[in-house]
Amino acid sequence: MKPIIEVNHLYKKYKIGEKQRYYSFRDTLVDLAKAPFKQKNKIKNNTFWALKDISFKVMPGEVIGIIGRNGAGKSTLLKILSRITPPTKGEITLRGRVASLLEVGTGFHPELTGRENIYLNGAILGMKRTEINKKFDEIVEFAEISKFLDTPVKFYSSGMYMRLAFAIAAHLDPEILLVDEVLAVGDIEFQKKCLGKMGEVAKAGRTVLFVSHNMEAVSTLTAKAIYLKNGASQHYGKTADVITQYVNANKKQARTYEDKTPSTEPKITKVQLFTSLPNNVQKNGDKMVIEISIKNTSPIHRACLSFQITDAKDRNFAHLWTFDSETPMCRSAGTHIIRCLIPKLRLYMGKYFLKIYLSEPPGGEQFQVLENICPFEVVMYGKRREFQWQPNTCAYLEDATWEIIP
Amino acid sequence: MNKTESYEIKIKPIKTNFYLNFRELWDYRELFYIFAWRDIKVRYKQTVLGIAWVLFQPLVSMVVFTIFFGNFAKIPSGNLPYPLFVLCGLVFWTFFSNSLSAAGSSLISNENIIKKVYFPKVILPLSAIVTGSVDFVINIILLFAVGLYFRFIPPLLILPIILLGYIISFLTASGLGLFFSALNVKYRDVRYIIPFFIQTLIFLTPVIYPTSIIKSSVKALFMLNPMAVVIESMRGVISGSIGIDFLGLGIASLIALVIFLTGLAFFNATEKFFADII
Repeated sequence: MKPIIEVNHLYKKYKIGEKQRYYSFRDTLVDLAKAPFKQKNKIKNNTFWALKDISFKVMPGEVIGIIGRNGAGKSTLLKILSRITPPTKGEITLRGRVASLLEVGTGFHPELTGRENIYLNGAILGMKRTEINKKFDEIVEFAEISKFLDTPVKFYSSGMYMRLAFAIAAHLDPEILLVDEVLAVGDIEFQKKCLGKMGEVAKAGRTVLFVSHNMEAVSTLTAKAIYLKNGASQHYGKTADVITQYVNANKKQARTYEDKTPSTEPKITKVQLFTSLPNNVQKNGDKMVIEISIKNTSPIHRACLSFQITDAKDRNFAHLWTFDSETPMCRSAGTHIIRCLIPKLRLYMGKYFLKIYLSEPPGGEQFQVLENICPFEVVMYGKRREFQWQPNTCAYLEDATWEIIP
Repeated sequence: MNKTESYEIKIKPIKTNFYLNFRELWDYRELFYIFAWRDIKVRYKQTVLGIAWVLFQPLVSMVVFTIFFGNFAKIPSGNLPYPLFVLCGLVFWTFFSNSLSAAGSSLISNENIIKKVYFPKVILPLSAIVTGSVDFVINIILLFAVGLYFRFIPPLLILPIILLGYIISFLTASGLGLFFSALNVKYRDVRYIIPFFIQTLIFLTPVIYPTSIIKSSVKALFMLNPMAVVIESMRGVISGSIGIDFLGLGIASLIALVIFLTGLAFFNATEKFFADII
């Protein structure tokens, strides 16, 4: 049997300028005028390789996970596979019909009704009209919107909108399905439903390529995975091995996060942990302090600072936050240190990371998201118990008292 | 599995096509219809007049032009009454200009789809023009009605002339539309150029005046504009007195075809990078 996807020495180059929002004639004229004065090597630096020499084969019916940090080239790979953007070098052979799901609800028109959008979005995703007719009732049922089928989607709640959008996507029936991180949106229930549906698709013998940050989802859905790092393929093999590699690579990080590069945008320059034991080792039940330094060149109005404590599989364990309204911060230009004190860290033994968000209130600008920084370990040393502490027994320890009711 | 093995796509670095890939277009015909259908559906949502806007636009222009150019400026209109004369021009002109501006902005107004899904992009500007064709048919009926009102019963020859005029307008508008829409992806200046371009072009096309008032030395140059030939032929056939300039129509068809193919070649040459720079 021939592989259904064959990728041979794939390269993709981007000009950094292409990330710019859009050009005008004036910009081009200015660039042209400047060009003779630019040094040649400077122009070379303007390009970067989003993908470097990627090769792999996928057999029909395989479900492959693609993992890697932000900017590793995962989305670029999917975009090339779905023919949205061409490769710079290399070749891909696809032996089957491809549907790509880089987003749910692509092309939804707010003025059109739910019914009309099913046909519109279905066609955009590559379904034939007869196919949509056949699956129409199923889609409506899955989305639970039968009452609002003839209401323009602009009147839908965001939940209904997402359900409809996903319901259409879930009923795609191609031979090869490419899925980007579309599961990141929506509530937990919704995510579970999506994962369940994806599992079904996989069992039905479809070939699926699945990009995700969610290691939990990747390990439950896929048997094989590709780990991309800075555009190159680090490892392709059994999912469990690939995830281990990915996790280990992330572990080799400085205990204190520091970023000294200049920037005009507000940014986090330092994140430091003060754990109860040296070297970022924290005893369960003890005090832990996190200090975050923010440098801003102009005042921020209503800054929001928050962080999550995650594990290596990107599961979230705790969420802590503060807003400008309660902790006035960064109201003037300069470097500000914000301290968070956790009096009794209740997390269970294990290895954790921080994920920090610096932003304006929802709907505003998101200045920075730092993932997988400041690795730390929670230990149970010195906490007395009759039996030994076992890993993965729970997520955290709760204070409680026990008594016998006579 | 046989079905799978017979279907094969190769993805390679940019291969520039200058022609239309008809097989692929045929594969995507349903998407083509659905884009046209969406544009028609959405266009007059939340308007009081709704579909009546299609009639309203040329009718109001006809009345305004008749008052100012027909009555005040006394622009000659041959043996046609001025309202009918100007409506002949407006029917084709409205189709041409609406098509051009809809096609020109079709890519950037569907930016989110281009970035997320693959399909032959050429269907966006083309389906935008198909949407305009519906208006065109309605306006032709309006033209017949106004013609009857002024007791002009056109000969049967008018039907092939309308069809040819439509094809020439379609090719010209889509050629320019393809060119502008592709340019618009990279340079948003185009957004502001198109209305200006159309405004200038209406004066270079005999919509409100007859070609008979143009000096014969520049008239030949004027007739290189395919829209001018279309409008003049339409007036000729509706009045029944002026002979049809078949040579002119032939040249206009050829020019329209060249405009179309040039626009298409430019579009195809730049298409591959739309998703990266839009």
